[in-house]
Amino acid sequence: MLIEAPRAPMRVELTVNGEARAVEIEPRTSLLDCLREHLLLTGAHAGCEHGMCGACTVLVDGAPTRSCLMFAVQADGYAITTIEGLAPGPGELSPIQDAFCETHGMQCGYCTPAMILTAHALLADNPAPTRAQIVDAISANFCRCTGYAQIVEAIALAAERMRGLNQPVREP
Amino acid sequence: MKPAPFEYARPADLDQACAMLAAGDEARVIAGGQSLVPLMAMRLARPKRLIDIARISDLAFVRREYDGIAIGATTRQCVLERDASIGAVLPLLAKVMPFVGHAATRSRGTIGGSLANADPAAEISLVAVTLGATLVYRQGEASAEIAASGFFLSPMMTALPPTACLTAARFPFWRDARIGVGFREVSARRCDFAFASAAAQIALDEEGLCRRVVLGIGAVTPCPLRLDAVATALEGRRAEETVVRESVRAALADIEPLSDLHASADYRRRAATSVAVRAVVDAYRSAESAHAG
Repeated sequence: MLIEAPRAPMRVELTVNGEARAVEIEPRTSLLDCLREHLLLTGAHAGCEHGMCGACTVLVDGAPTRSCLMFAVQADGYAITTIEGLAPGPGELSPIQDAFCETHGMQCGYCTPAMILTAHALLADNPAPTRAQIVDAISANFCRCTGYAQIVEAIALAAERMRGLNQPVREP
Repeated sequence: MKPAPFEYARPADLDQACAMLAAGDEARVIAGGQSLVPLMAMRLARPKRLIDIARISDLAFVRREYDGIAIGATTRQCVLERDASIGAVLPLLAKVMPFVGHAATRSRGTIGGSLANADPAAEISLVAVTLGATLVYRQGEASAEIAASGFFLSPMMTALPPTACLTAARFPFWRDARIGVGFREVSARRCDFAFASAAAQIALDEEGLCRRVVLGIGAVTPCPLRLDAVATALEGRRAEETVVRESVRAALADIEPLSDLHASADYRRRAATSVAVRAVVDAYRSAESAHAG
């Protein structure tokens, strides 16, 4: 039986949701486990833990990234955004989160944080995505409940609303 | 799904990385980790030490050389995908980039990582073999290179020595005026591992006949396979579908396709025939519509 002794922890300084956080972790700890177990940010979900399902998606420098496929020791210096970092203030929701609530873009909720972060990156890059572009963007995130229709609808609704923001109000 | 314990080192430059690799210790290079980490999670790989080269800036580049384009090993796939100059000089690579994993893996995954981990279904490896790329590596203080055709040995196995670090891939540049490319793959889900894939690049002469043809198939055999017999059969002719199909069938008659739970050997052979024919026809049509001169 192969039981290997754990390796000495390493100190890693991470920037998570704009805050500097230092952790002492074993090199084999994934960014996902670091976020969940060391920083108690449990919005990133562990699904398959080998890069297929997408439930652990977070943003690394704004780009959707599998947090199960990145070791925390690799992540210092990058800006990491989790679902906990999207709401503008306590008790509030981002426009994308709002849209997911309104269109029922979730059932069990397991894939939802990753879906929302993926949508966030898509809309930051492309404020007016076509349906095909939305489908393509979330194609790497598995949802086993909704059949995706309401998720696509939620992202389209959020896009429409966010395009409306910061537009001059027209006088009647 | 937790990897076995390992030590982690992040060398400052390539010299230091190569010195660490030369020390042995069952070390492996990691960059984006998008192929290696799943293998570690399933404990199919158990390196004792990871040497992280992702931040060595000398290894991330796209450089025009006199007869080709050199791409640094740690150049991330998302960078290549967004680099408009790739489409102009390496249209086949540009064509396959959106099919490499998916956006959330291309954000970290590198071109060198995809090549060095040698998944039989990897699109970048298929392009390297199809175009006849050269892979450049450092071992200790010596640089060496190896043709893509001799690089891939079997699934996840390459000719790269265990203490070497892949540093770049050099792709040949076609100067022909009328070039077209084609790429097709069959997979269960968008951007999942392909069951069969095919990539083709064709250059036409002034009369619209094939001057140069390359065709390769991926995910079907243990390593990407170039079908030179098809290329030879088409040179000096028009790539009519019936002609292409006949020569692809003949070329695939003797291969031994992979077989697994998802796709049998027979299925892979049939799918490979279809995607190869379509890739060639696509390449021919896009070359026909390309501006001469």
